[in-house]
Amino acid sequence: MAVIRDVMPAFELFQPANVEEALSLLNRYKSDAWVMAGGLDSFDWLKDRIKRPKVVVDLVGVKELEGVRASGDGLEIGAMTTLTDLVRHPLVREKFGMLLEAAEAAASPQIRNQGTIGGNVSQDTRCWYYRDGWECYRAGGNICYADTPTAMNREHAIFDADRCVAVNPSDTAPALIALDAKMVIRSTSGEQIVDAEHYFIGPGIDITRMTVLKPGDLLVAIRIPGTWAGSQFYFEKVRDRKVWDFPLVNVASVMKTSGGTIQDLRLALNGVAAHPVRLRAVEAAVRGKPRNEQTAEMAGLMAIEGAKPLRHNGYKLPLVRNLVKRAIRGVEGSWTS
Amino acid sequence: MAENDPVVTADEGQRGVSRRNFIKGVIAAGAAVSTTSYLFRGGSILGQPSLPGAVERLVTLNVNGQQRRVDVMKQETLAMTLRYKLGLTGTKLGCDRSECGACTVLIDDVPHYSCSILTHSVRGRKVVTIEGLASPTGQLHPVQQAVVDAQGFQCAFCMPGFVMATVGYLKTNPNPTRPELAHGISGNLCRCQDYNKILDAMMLAAEYTRRSSRA
Ligand SMILES: Cc1cc2nc3c(=O)[nH]c(=O)nc-3n(C[C@H](O)[C@H](O)[C@H](O)COP(=O)(O)OP(=O)(O)OC[C@H]3O[C@@H](n4cnc5c(N)ncnc54)[C@H](O)[C@@H]3O)c2cc1C
Ligand code: SF4
Ligand code: FES
Ligand code: FES
Repeated sequence: MAVIRDVMPAFELFQPANVEEALSLLNRYKSDAWVMAGGLDSFDWLKDRIKRPKVVVDLVGVKELEGVRASGDGLEIGAMTTLTDLVRHPLVREKFGMLLEAAEAAASPQIRNQGTIGGNVSQDTRCWYYRDGWECYRAGGNICYADTPTAMNREHAIFDADRCVAVNPSDTAPALIALDAKMVIRSTSGEQIVDAEHYFIGPGIDITRMTVLKPGDLLVAIRIPGTWAGSQFYFEKVRDRKVWDFPLVNVASVMKTSGGTIQDLRLALNGVAAHPVRLRAVEAAVRGKPRNEQTAEMAGLMAIEGAKPLRHNGYKLPLVRNLVKRAIRGVEGSWTS
Repeated sequence: MAENDPVVTADEGQRGVSRRNFIKGVIAAGAAVSTTSYLFRGGSILGQPSLPGAVERLVTLNVNGQQRRVDVMKQETLAMTLRYKLGLTGTKLGCDRSECGACTVLIDDVPHYSCSILTHSVRGRKVVTIEGLASPTGQLHPVQQAVVDAQGFQCAFCMPGFVMATVGYLKTNPNPTRPELAHGISGNLCRCQDYNKILDAMMLAAEYTRRSSRA
């Protein structure tokens, strides 16, 4: 539970003016350094004294990382672009309306005014045992408190659990995966470009991290190719209340149809595993099929194959099934503004 | 304090310790929490250039149109600075976790949770709190006037936050529908829970704001 205490424990603070300076600081302090973008995920960790970095590298002054630019027939989004600036950007609205819906569905207006897209895709899991500082697997211990007979695990994973049953909470992540976005990562040793799908990692790869980012790495931009611009989008997020709440499950899809037949599509879910899940098998099965109720029904059933619910999250199976069905069939999204 | 010193890492070893002792001899013990900033400035005294992006403790903030000189710790949030250093207690702390909106202030005209931003991050930006809305002659801001006229709050702990969120939202959408306004100020909670009355007041606030900008 959040408790108001006095100020956070001391850390050394750097506010570099450009990427070069930021990278040299990150390289100097390595795992002692904490990258801060909008800070909205970071502050909880610091205030609760669960993570105690020696050095915070605050990117607030790195203006070159802000903003959305056209890039070929796609877009390049600076990592420090706020969710609000993303939502308001005419090019995002024109080409990739789904990303706007996903960003607008996150958190609250004030959080979107300050929280960045880079932070949104790099945020840590919300598993409360872990966030309260329990020594679980993810925190370097040897037990998962969310996967015991008495655990509260209504929000936890139904897929791909490996010791840890936490989920990735990002709303923009599945939209970026569906849009085939590329994550541009820099460190003092160079630049690396990773598909959004592979940016996120599960406990089987590294149980202590949510993304491929290692100490010293900075996510500098997200590139969205023009491939899916203006295609048929579907985004829906189910949550307990309309504001502030993280997704129980969300779904994002992009689709191209011709004469009622599904030509091509990409489909991703979040809130179901430690990483957003791309439903490749469903994609393959519906490609070339008519876009109708029957195809949607089949897709929904396929989507939950292999799911392993915990004690309190069995409801996620029908939820996933129905969300995938709706994404394939296509009905109005649930986003309201 | 020395063991908790966040910056002097093992590889700086002996030199770090002696620097620290040197500094300690010079400054009052009360400032020990922030010895690191003195260390960094001390770095140049000792012939080491300071690192890029290092911050100073004494900063000048633009709050409610005034330049305020204030001594700010690295890890201090804006809400703490406003309330406990500048005496601007109209900004409330409800949760300190970005979950209630009571601490909402405008930074460059945009609503932010002041509990969840470092004071050092608002240097060079324009901060407006509930105390800064009325005109210097004491005339209330139209949103404040609407709250007085329509009421809508009960204990009113949440009120400064709601007012700041509304002032900020109306700058981006001066003529909102009721659902649009509800969405626009949805980052604020009220424990006494009459959101309908609050929305009545804020719809009136939108009208007053439009009128006053035409005047
Ligand atoms: C109450 C609350 C409710 C929320 N609800 C939702 C929700 O419903 N849906 C949702 O998607 N999100 C939600 N969020 C999360 C919020 O959207 C994110 O916290 C925000 O977008 C993160 O952005 P930030 O810039 O503030 O992150 P920060 O806290 O600055 O960063 C988050 C993490 O990412 C790392 N990081 C950030 N930027 C970079 C970079 N450029 N390179 C390398 N590492 C980086 C940081 O080191 C940190 O570990 C909520 C947050 C809060 C506090
Ligand atoms: S689900 Fe993961 S983060 Fe949560 S208690 Fe288990 S190991 Fe820790
Ligand atoms: S005190 Fe800042 S949001 Fe609650
Ligand atoms: S009026 Fe009491 S909290 Fe809103």
